[in-house]
Amino acid sequence: MRDLALPAGHFEDLAQQRHAAKLGIGVFLASEALLFAGLFALFAAYQTEYPDAFHEGVLHNTKVLGSVNTGILLLSSTLVALSVHAARLARRRNAAVLLALTIALGLTFLTIKLVEYGTHFREGIFPGGAGSFFTDHADAGLPLFWTLYYVVTGLHAVHVTVGLTVLGFMLAGVLRGSIAPPVTYKLEIGALYWHLVDVIWIFVWPLFYLA
Amino acid sequence: MTTAPIAMEPSFVRSERTVASWLLTTDHKRIAVLYFVSVTFFLFLGGLFAMLIRIEHFAPGPTIVDAMTYNRLFTMHGVTMVWLFMIPSIPAVFGNFLLPIMLGAKDVAFPRLNLLSFYIYLLGAIVVMAALFMGSADTGWTFYQPYSAHSPSAVLPTVLGIFILGWSTILTGINFIVTMHTMRAAGLGWMRVPLFAWTMYGVSIIQVLATPVLGLSLSVVFLDRAFDWGLFDPSRGGDPVLYQHLFWFYSHPAVYIMILPAMGVISEVIPTFSRKNPASYKAIVYSTIGIAFVGFLTWGHHMFVSGMSIFDAGAFGILSMMVAIFSAIKTYTWVGTLYRGAILVSTPLVYAFEFLFLFVFGGMTGVAVATMSLDVHWTDTYFVVAHFHFIMVGGTLTAFLAALHYWFPKVTGRMYSEKWGLPAATLVFLGFFGTFFPQFLLGNAGMPRRYYQYPAQYQVLNVVSTVGAFALALGMIITFIYLTEALVRGPRAGNNPWGSRGFEWRTTSPPPTHNFTAEPDFKIGAYDYTVALPGELEEHREAGHA
Amino acid sequence: MTVSGLPSIVRDVLDLPPEASTFAYKIDTLHFAIIATTMVGSTSIFLVAVYFTLRYRRRSNVQLTEHIVTGLPLELLFIFGTLGLFLVWWAIGYHQYVDLEVPPKDALLVYVQAKQWMWKFTYPDGRSTNDVLVVPAGKNVRLVMGSRDVIHSFFVPAFRVKQDVVPGRYVTTWFHSDSPGTYPILCAELCGVDHSVMRGSVVVLGGEDYDAWLGQNVVGTGSTPLAGIGREAAVKHACVACHTWNGQRHIGPTWSHLYDSKVSLEGGKTVIADEEYLTRSMMEPGADIVATFPNVMPASYRYTLSQPDVAAIVEFIRSLENAPETQDAPLPAVEVREVADAGLPLGPPPGPHLPVPPAGRPDQEQQ
Repeated sequence: MRDLALPAGHFEDLAQQRHAAKLGIGVFLASEALLFAGLFALFAAYQTEYPDAFHEGVLHNTKVLGSVNTGILLLSSTLVALSVHAARLARRRNAAVLLALTIALGLTFLTIKLVEYGTHFREGIFPGGAGSFFTDHADAGLPLFWTLYYVVTGLHAVHVTVGLTVLGFMLAGVLRGSIAPPVTYKLEIGALYWHLVDVIWIFVWPLFYLA
Repeated sequence: MTTAPIAMEPSFVRSERTVASWLLTTDHKRIAVLYFVSVTFFLFLGGLFAMLIRIEHFAPGPTIVDAMTYNRLFTMHGVTMVWLFMIPSIPAVFGNFLLPIMLGAKDVAFPRLNLLSFYIYLLGAIVVMAALFMGSADTGWTFYQPYSAHSPSAVLPTVLGIFILGWSTILTGINFIVTMHTMRAAGLGWMRVPLFAWTMYGVSIIQVLATPVLGLSLSVVFLDRAFDWGLFDPSRGGDPVLYQHLFWFYSHPAVYIMILPAMGVISEVIPTFSRKNPASYKAIVYSTIGIAFVGFLTWGHHMFVSGMSIFDAGAFGILSMMVAIFSAIKTYTWVGTLYRGAILVSTPLVYAFEFLFLFVFGGMTGVAVATMSLDVHWTDTYFVVAHFHFIMVGGTLTAFLAALHYWFPKVTGRMYSEKWGLPAATLVFLGFFGTFFPQFLLGNAGMPRRYYQYPAQYQVLNVVSTVGAFALALGMIITFIYLTEALVRGPRAGNNPWGSRGFEWRTTSPPPTHNFTAEPDFKIGAYDYTVALPGELEEHREAGHA
Repeated sequence: MTVSGLPSIVRDVLDLPPEASTFAYKIDTLHFAIIATTMVGSTSIFLVAVYFTLRYRRRSNVQLTEHIVTGLPLELLFIFGTLGLFLVWWAIGYHQYVDLEVPPKDALLVYVQAKQWMWKFTYPDGRSTNDVLVVPAGKNVRLVMGSRDVIHSFFVPAFRVKQDVVPGRYVTTWFHSDSPGTYPILCAELCGVDHSVMRGSVVVLGGEDYDAWLGQNVVGTGSTPLAGIGREAAVKHACVACHTWNGQRHIGPTWSHLYDSKVSLEGGKTVIADEEYLTRSMMEPGADIVATFPNVMPASYRYTLSQPDVAAIVEFIRSLENAPETQDAPLPAVEVREVADAGLPLGPPPGPHLPVPPAGRPDQEQQ
């Protein structure tokens, strides 16, 4: 088994490699934050234009499911943080179990999201103002609210999926033993990405679900 | 040492010779060469589109293409030049090659990510080329809504290609930022780092923060067009001007992505060829950071006639004036650097002087268009076209050519022919000026941009511009011919033919795979011409000089 | 031609169009000042660089130089001197921009419809012209513009005037010309294949000529004043079912004394009932609900009212600015009913939402 403490050839030492990795993910997360910031700006602009329609849209949303999803993500962030802690203490089995639970919660989130979409579709709410719901409710801003809802939650769901894939690779690494002290920072990086996914949802939830 | 002893390692060029070792390399220097080949191809492709545009404009009416083709031509010219040439050019070629060396590092922080960046760039380029073969978009590189949602042209593959290219830019930006922070040689503090490295850092900050918003804008264009989601469709409550805000929030910082690296090149060339420290190292550093941040606050100056409020327009106007100051600071510093220097005129410096003139001219016309009442007349006319070409061609392309000549010996180990350099640089300048100066006058006269046909009174200036374009094209072709010849048959250059204090000149030409054969010695600063380099005087005497 | 103009030699060198509006002289003067500074500035900087190059020629390739750093006072002088100059230009430009953007109260109103690839002008007297805008010299002219499809831009180089015409909203620009003549209109925002031939002319007619043109029998909607057409449209489209003309409160706000008044909206905002507000109220009734009134106006007017009708109704409301009009018939009794029962197509019609003319052929006029 390759010596984990050996840094890659271009690094002076492991400390430099670790520092680089953590800074790298931080910068990447900054770019992700800007991506969603642009969407939130779009939302804010249209909400100022159509406050009543957006309010109506929020009232009509699947609040219970959305809030359950918030709880799921918050719990999953806690679990992944605990997983990092366990990995640092070389508790391989605990780390793996916590990671697996995180992934399970993430999958649950996606499932609930799909259920929500199904609910909206059944009510005739489709993106682009298509669907019978919009013929019954002629408020000018409603198509915009719902299209933005699909774009934002859809993009977020894509990030959840990517996050789950990353965590999957992390899990494989923990099980194989390639993610263990002194290179547990690799798991931290994956966990940081998952935290971002969670933080973004913390902004999405009140905008789209809470009146 | 200015001349290294027989190198312990082969150069990065000779270390491995297989095709696979080039295509699957993680060596930042080889990746730089891969980028160089690609961006040069797209420079000439974009130039070809430009020549077709100029030939079409030889006469006011239809000349060689029809209206639809013309609209596609200028769209592809913009897309190709901005995303396939300008944005990667200096950072992905010279930044990749030089940044680790200038920091005394063996490579960038994430070499495999670096290779991935290149292949993502290539994938994006292939998708954009596919869009070209499908007829390409006709919306202009700005994809304004609602026209782009409904235009009968290949908008979808075009925006998809650009979206992919954006990923390459973001990943390179992350790599450079982390490299600056974590890979500096022991003892190399931030305020001793070469100025070109600082501009790589500044440009990377902009890339990382702005490009995601481009991705968002293009995604929305994609959704509106492919699935009719109508986010900017007025009949569904959408606001087309909001699209402009989203697009320009990225695209204004994008122009700083395009000019900041060029400024970094000038900040290296002028000190080397005047053997003098920059008139104020700190001024260059602070103005670099200043541009990186204030550049995010000025986007509304592209929209003065779009219907925004007077207050907003005024705010964007003031901020635009402020961001111009940072460029002014650099210009004063560059000129001040020449004061009491020891100046040698050679091709890189000639290009740097062309930059000084053309960038200042173009930059001040930028201040002019930032003046709100004047912009009402000038926006969407050839005045703006001339302004940004003065900056992008007169600025960035000129600096790219300066960089090409300056670092040619370092990358290839050979020297190009000065005999060709000076006349070609002159032809490039005259051709450029002949092409774009008349366009200021065309804008004054009221000729709008993106115009397939134009009123007959504008013909004379258009003809002058077209003739200039041919001269510019000739100058570019001649340049690449003699550089290719030098690559193959040029005389061997030593490690430091320019006698520069720059850190990259303290290793062999070309450098070995891991950049330095021994621990790099950066005790003498990158701009310190107050003392001789070890061995410099001996070498000079040996070469027969007093 | 205007008396106070830039010397014609300067205008010729700079290739500026004729100064045919009251804006042009001030703008051209600022223009000249900035461009001259640009040329002088960049040339000077370049010449200083050349001077230094000659004066401080390299004597030997191992020549050493002093370490010189610009002192802070000199740096600050350059920085703030330059910034000061830029801010002065900004201030002058801002002042001129306000002038360009804010039309005066007393202006002749012309409605402009931009569509791929033509301009349609509708005048106060009810007539309309395609591609040719006829205006009197010596008077303020205000254009209220809308687009039927994509973004266009109304550009008259001779007036130094440009305004993007954005679909979904109404925009205003204005000018005052004392120079009779014909001046090109050019579309200045890429709008499709025939963007470069979406042109027109502004014909500025002096007093007598303009009167003569007014008297002409022009092909159009006849010689009924626009306000009268608006009144007929208000009846035809059942606006009278909810809006009175005589000051009486009914289901919707009264049109008497409405134009240019302050209106309090639901949610606390206050707006002025100008052309843009009135137009929007017809096209998007739910957007600005007046406080204490119900939100029951059908959204379908967006599809059933043509732009000339909108312009005419706005003109009619404007005519009621200072005096109510008596209504001949008693107010019809109206059931306030759910908008969905109105039987009119509501919400966005299915399929593509914008007319997409086939490439290469200008759109046919639709009414």
